[in-house]
Amino acid sequence: MITSQSRTGNSPALAIEAQALVKTYPKNVRALDGLSFLVPAGTIFGLLGPNGAGKSTTIKVLNTLTRPDSGIARVAGLDVVKQPDEVRRAIGCVAQKSGVDINATGRENLVLQAQFYGLRGAALRSRVEALLDRFSLAPAADREARGYSGGMKRKLDVAMGLVHTPRVLFLDEPTTGLDPEARADLWKEIGRLSHEDGITVLLTTHYLEEADHLASRLAIVDRGRVVAEGTPDALKGELSGDAIHVDLAQVVEERRVRAALSGVPAIRELSVEGAGVRARADNGATVVPAMITALESGGARVASVRVTRPSLDDVYLRHTGRTFSEADSGGAR
Amino acid sequence: MTALTHSWYMTVRHLRALQRQPWWIAITLIQPIIYLVLYGQLFQRVVDLPGFEAANYVSYVTPGVVIMMALFGGGWNGMGIIFEMDNGVMDRFLVSPVSRVAIVAGRLIQMSILVVLQASLLLGLGLLMGAHFDGGAVGLLVLLVSAVLVAVPFGALSNAMALVIRRTESVIGASNFILLPMTFLSPVFMATSLMPPWIRAVARYNPVAWSVEAARSAMSTSPDWRAIAMRITLLVVLSAFSAMVATRAFRSYQRSA
Repeated sequence: MITSQSRTGNSPALAIEAQALVKTYPKNVRALDGLSFLVPAGTIFGLLGPNGAGKSTTIKVLNTLTRPDSGIARVAGLDVVKQPDEVRRAIGCVAQKSGVDINATGRENLVLQAQFYGLRGAALRSRVEALLDRFSLAPAADREARGYSGGMKRKLDVAMGLVHTPRVLFLDEPTTGLDPEARADLWKEIGRLSHEDGITVLLTTHYLEEADHLASRLAIVDRGRVVAEGTPDALKGELSGDAIHVDLAQVVEERRVRAALSGVPAIRELSVEGAGVRARADNGATVVPAMITALESGGARVASVRVTRPSLDDVYLRHTGRTFSEADSGGAR
Repeated sequence: MTALTHSWYMTVRHLRALQRQPWWIAITLIQPIIYLVLYGQLFQRVVDLPGFEAANYVSYVTPGVVIMMALFGGGWNGMGIIFEMDNGVMDRFLVSPVSRVAIVAGRLIQMSILVVLQASLLLGLGLLMGAHFDGGAVGLLVLLVSAVLVAVPFGALSNAMALVIRRTESVIGASNFILLPMTFLSPVFMATSLMPPWIRAVARYNPVAWSVEAARSAMSTSPDWRAIAMRITLLVVLSAFSAMVATRAFRSYQRSA
């Protein structure tokens, strides 16, 4: 994260500014509801949130694919509504849905993309070769992309997004649907983009560990707004103490669980979701015996207990009042 | 300038995709053959009707089938753009500085090349079936131009509709609803003089009729060049208008994306 600072040079200090963005879709679906965040140049910034939180819509506003109803968005210092053509030259995009033309070979996809940005002749050829090598696609370069694996297709997508060496790269759910090996591969590549090439990366993800692993700063998005922002460590640091997760043997009424635990003063931020009970305590391990006793005497049999250091999942729960998986399964967009 | 070079890149892309799907080429070439043979045989005796001013129905219907194929090729052209919206290729284009005109133009140029191929095949087959085309090379050229000038505006409108509606079913429905009536409300198969008056009246405003009349006249022994120029001009104006509509349709796509 230190090397990225030296690259800011003469590029604007802020790569992305989103201020009070509002976007409403037909039938009064409010995808963005006053969303704001700032991304310093040269960093990897994560937008974290469940499906339907407004992450993809945010990206679509920033990459000129759609217009906001109100609010201001600038990318690389350019206004996305007033200067869409200039913005398009400054950005690279890797959409959630692959944009690879499966009827063309990997090389043809890259060449066409490079042509759109005015590359020609030897410069075009060497750029395409370099990207094929960098993403280990050279052996498959002249095969039609319809035969590529999910991981190869995604790498080709990223390579196409980089063909004109953009200042800002958007990665919308880059690793969704990839197997663990391909995901690790891509994570390494995304890290390199920022550290070696000095590109600002805006990444959306609904994988907590991905945001934690890649992003130097992140914003938690929920229902079209940013509910928390900071470095992953700072966000986790807001939560003092350990998280205690108790799985009950069967679902017990929330009222009864709360009543049973009312006699354990050391626990805070109690939440009950189905058979899962979560709480927080300064020293989790010492509270566990009292908690189990209290639950069992209240008629709730305990199946398992885990004590963990704060995670982004806990950060999410704290700011939205819902667990991540609960919000994710309810999402739509 | 950018629009031109980008259109060329897009045309190459579509032609390459086409060349990789030989079965698709086969279908687009076999289909017109079936039409020509079927209609040529079925309506063979129509020329015996009093007032039908052609001696040989195959000579009469060949340019008609060429233009009908161009109309259909254009009308269904929007299906491809829906496919590209569904698989994410369209969004990738739209976040790049590629010329919006080129996105549609590339499809229309590829289609026009197919129209010319189909026409050549149909003309050859027509000759084998006993047709004779009196207008010579100039007549054939006017036929190709008229056919392309039907394919382009209907192709552009089909793309515009696809960009706005974005549903395969709706585009299929609309195309079915429009294309066949357009064909039958024109002199593709039947001489204008033998049509019921109301169809004759409608046909005057039908671009398919303009195209067929221009081509037939140019392919006859005594072309009426003024009438031909008039109809070609109308088709050019329609093409320009449709191209504008298609380019505008991208704005609607952006609004609702």
